[in-house]
Amino acid sequence: MLNVTDLNVYYGAIHALKGISFNLQEGEIVTLIGANGAGKSTLLNTISGILHAKVGTVEYLGEIISDEPAQAIVQKGIVHVPEGRKIFAKMTVLENLEMGAYTVNDRQLIQDKMEAMFERFPVLRDRKRQLGGTLSGGEQQMLAMARGLMPNPKLLLLDEPSMGLAPVLVEQIFDIIQDINHHGTSVLLVEQNAHMALSIADRAYVLETGKIVLEGHANEVMNNPMVISAYLGG
Amino acid sequence: MDANQSSPPKLTRRNYSKIIRPIFGILVLGYILWRLYLVLIVEQAYSAEVWVRLLISGLIIGGVYALIAIGYTLVYGILFMINFAHGEVMMIGTFAGYFLFEITKGINVAGAGNPPLSFSDAYPFLSVILAFLVGMTVSATAGYFLEKIAYRPLRGAPRLIPLISAIGASFFLQNAAQLLFSPQVRDYANPQAIARGSGWNLMINESRIVITYTGVLTFVLSILLMIGLYVMVQKTKLGKAMRAVASDKKTAALMGIDVDAIISRTFIISGALAGAAGVMWGLHNGLVHFYVGFLPGIKAFTAAVLGGIGNIPGAMLGGMFLGLVESLGPTALGISFQLKDVIAFLIMIVILVFRPSGLLGEVLSEEKV
Repeated sequence: MLNVTDLNVYYGAIHALKGISFNLQEGEIVTLIGANGAGKSTLLNTISGILHAKVGTVEYLGEIISDEPAQAIVQKGIVHVPEGRKIFAKMTVLENLEMGAYTVNDRQLIQDKMEAMFERFPVLRDRKRQLGGTLSGGEQQMLAMARGLMPNPKLLLLDEPSMGLAPVLVEQIFDIIQDINHHGTSVLLVEQNAHMALSIADRAYVLETGKIVLEGHANEVMNNPMVISAYLGG
Repeated sequence: MDANQSSPPKLTRRNYSKIIRPIFGILVLGYILWRLYLVLIVEQAYSAEVWVRLLISGLIIGGVYALIAIGYTLVYGILFMINFAHGEVMMIGTFAGYFLFEITKGINVAGAGNPPLSFSDAYPFLSVILAFLVGMTVSATAGYFLEKIAYRPLRGAPRLIPLISAIGASFFLQNAAQLLFSPQVRDYANPQAIARGSGWNLMINESRIVITYTGVLTFVLSILLMIGLYVMVQKTKLGKAMRAVASDKKTAALMGIDVDAIISRTFIISGALAGAAGVMWGLHNGLVHFYVGFLPGIKAFTAAVLGGIGNIPGAMLGGMFLGLVESLGPTALGISFQLKDVIAFLIMIVILVFRPSGLLGEVLSEEKV
């Protein structure tokens, strides 16, 4: 479904991604783990068209999308839920969801989708007229994910969905990610919480300073001694 | 904070400003109150009809300022830059309306009256609507190309660079207008039905106040446009996308919003409002020349800052406030009317000394800064 080949991305003179290649099959949850500054968010930003690669391609459903602008990539069905949730703080929950559905023109479809989101995230229904900035961290993460699901993506890019959340909420978020996946959305998950990420993922890639140093099935990666010592704290 | 929070404050620079500000404020406030006392209670030089007249003219000019100020605030809200060429966008609209009236004046309508009436006198309503449509369209187009040519190439540059480009664009447009239309001051050819100075008569204390048609038109239309803009920003998809882009361009792009297109539309809307203000200015004040946008532009910018730049209701409030202060201020303080600009800017300085973020702007607590 997604094929990334030899991706090289620069921030000015800084070589942030050094020849990344990986793929994601339809229906999978693939996780990217790695320390701060390894290039995980850069990779997601490049896939979603916020950044553009100097060398290398991103191929999605047989089509090269690495030169497309961000709005075109959303229309193709890839939605990126950014790190730090990035809720529009001065817009209401409803308006945030409407922005998520910006590329959808059918009003009825938006209504139905919104109702589905309120079913999945009941807390958002209670808060729908509140400003996004007044929600708690967990509620904002729910809103960010609901907003990302509004256009019915085929591929969801999640950047650090568990960041700064209490353990109970982390469990809940990961349950939801699995549920989203069961409903047919492929997920590319970037996480610091390697343990949780590996426990729900099918496959994993380990990133270090802009390079992929390890890849494999999630259980293999979880049992790799290097991963255990570096990311699983043991 | 650390332990020295409880120690007595030292006279650092910041503390000086804390002392100077209230002293300055009390002095200015004292002066204003003293002048008000002298003029209103001791001298009682002006009767009610003078005040009503000033109030009306303040509301009219305030509406015009508010429309232009919205343009500054919309652009600032999205790009964090001051579009100093905005006054020139208004000037272009004023000229577009002027030429429309010249054309409609020149067309004789066959068989209507003797001597034959011109189109603008025969159909004043229609020609005024046409003038506003043309003025708004031309200004909107000007705003669109202004952004495309002068600002878009500088999108990633430091914030000072587009500001300089804006000042350059302002001079360019002024001089281009001077070359194209000559430096002469021209008279706006209003349709007969809304000739300048004609209007409804109002009697107060045996003296006559004229509520001009052009004034009423200006005020009502500016209020309608402001309501329309507010509803557009709050309720429509475009308005919501504008707010999303203003709050976070990157996330807006991730929603599938074409950020460049929204920025273009923001300039189109700002331009259209400035164009409407320009035609109002021409109809009500009657003069048009290449420099006509400069002072309203600067005043409206002041109004936008006064209301809290980036805040749309703030710009409306700031515009009205500035119009009223400028109109009532000199008389209320017993100062020559020619000093109205001085008063307007002085009031702005005083307000900004106490509320640097403007009347409705967000207050950043000093501790956080």
